[in-house]
Amino acid sequence: MPYNSALVAPMREEMTRMGIQELTTAAAVDAALGDQRGTMLVFVNSVCGCAAGNARPALRLALEHGVKPRQLATVFAGQDLEATARARQYFSDYQPSSPSMALLRDGEVVHFVHRHQIEGRSPQSIAADLTSAFDRHFGAAV
Amino acid sequence: MSHVFHPGHHALHGITVVLETHGAETFVGRFDSEDTEGVHMLDVGVHDGGAAVSKEEYIRRSAKFGIRADRKHLVVPKDAVARITPLGELGG
Repeated sequence: MPYNSALVAPMREEMTRMGIQELTTAAAVDAALGDQRGTMLVFVNSVCGCAAGNARPALRLALEHGVKPRQLATVFAGQDLEATARARQYFSDYQPSSPSMALLRDGEVVHFVHRHQIEGRSPQSIAADLTSAFDRHFGAAV
Repeated sequence: MSHVFHPGHHALHGITVVLETHGAETFVGRFDSEDTEGVHMLDVGVHDGGAAVSKEEYIRRSAKFGIRADRKHLVVPKDAVARITPLGELGG
């Protein structure tokens, strides 16, 4: 059952303040991911304080990097159920976890960050891995 | 473990772990708590010693592709636990 919307509002705002497009319906997910071209990051947001509480600031830090995805989107696991389920269909080779992040290039997942790669780590450490992935997969595209 | 975000909970609460038993089974999932019953885990993938893939390969695949949860909730008796390691420390 989704949490109270007032409780999660700051977690949503933390994403949209970074300029990340929030996808709250399956139709919105299809519009963003259905014929995706170029570079993209999809952040599966979560209320989990121990993991998402570090993943969001990690993403903010990573987006200060020179090389980064051109398109940024987010769905909220446990909140926007339909949108999250649809988004996961676009990276179905990977088991669902939240928070998590998918890096895509021309519709193909080129890198995936699972929850277990976020847990117990500082935002700086997570961001370092993310920027390394940006360089590796998006370096020639930006 | 450098960050504990849930005061009053076990240090591994919320962390995805590999729980190796003294028997043939290995469990990969989120550590929830520990009590007199044993270790409570959530969204748990189960590897049995007789499976087609080795335990090491199962853990490697879980690290790379995530955990295919076979059980929503599982309790492993304390005396069956051989070792608990965060999956994130085992790499992928």
